Amino acid sequence: MSEKKLALIATKGTLDWAYPPFILASTAAALGYETQIFFTFYGLQLLKKDLKLCVSPLGNPGMPMPMGMDKWFPIMGMAIPGMQSIMTSMMKTKMKSKGVASVAELRDLCLEADVKMIACQMTVDLFDMDSSEFIDGIDYAGATTFFEFAGKSDVNMFI
Amino acid sequence: MTEYNEKFDATGLNCPLPILRAKKVLTSMDSGQTLYVISTDSGSVKDFDAFCKQTGNELLESTEADGKYHYYIKKA
Repeated sequence: MSEKKLALIATKGTLDWAYPPFILASTAAALGYETQIFFTFYGLQLLKKDLKLCVSPLGNPGMPMPMGMDKWFPIMGMAIPGMQSIMTSMMKTKMKSKGVASVAELRDLCLEADVKMIACQMTVDLFDMDSSEFIDGIDYAGATTFFEFAGKSDVNMFI
Repeated sequence: MTEYNEKFDATGLNCPLPILRAKKVLTSMDSGQTLYVISTDSGSVKDFDAFCKQTGNELLESTEADGKYHYYIKKA
């Protein structure tokens, strides 16, 4: 059985959207897939040494709110300063209580399982980011490099 | 009670940790040995079945008792 391949593009930099690429990549690696993730635009936040990921209730009517908060604070209320950090810490507490892994833990599991991570050089430059902000063991490249692997992959996803 | 070589208690862990950690333990074991996994994640029932089908390991037993799920996996 030849090794299957999974190619992911991670484009989002919020706490909630950090999960799908790392969960899928770590699970695929456990199933024997050779896996690569290409991080571009806001997805670059997922490669930072110091993960400061937040979740925002703004513009997200699908987000379940505790204690009927969505009814007390309609959209304008969600824009109150500090609401984002409150929601982020509530989400983290909830995840911990349910035994959901942290993003850093899932990312470590991916690295351990030899998931290859590529930061999009163009967006790193665009946002004036520096490689010293990112974790070690990642590559910096462009779309062509992504296609070199994606073209041979069994599963491709844009997240 | 089925015999096993290694035991991994995944109580309290949620998807995908039971699979990832169990896989790690399996990697350290020899072919033909059996791993006993305990999980509280109800989604893990289908996931362990799918994991074994895809990796070639054999799911000898998958049972539920008192809200816990018990799996016996024979390493390929």
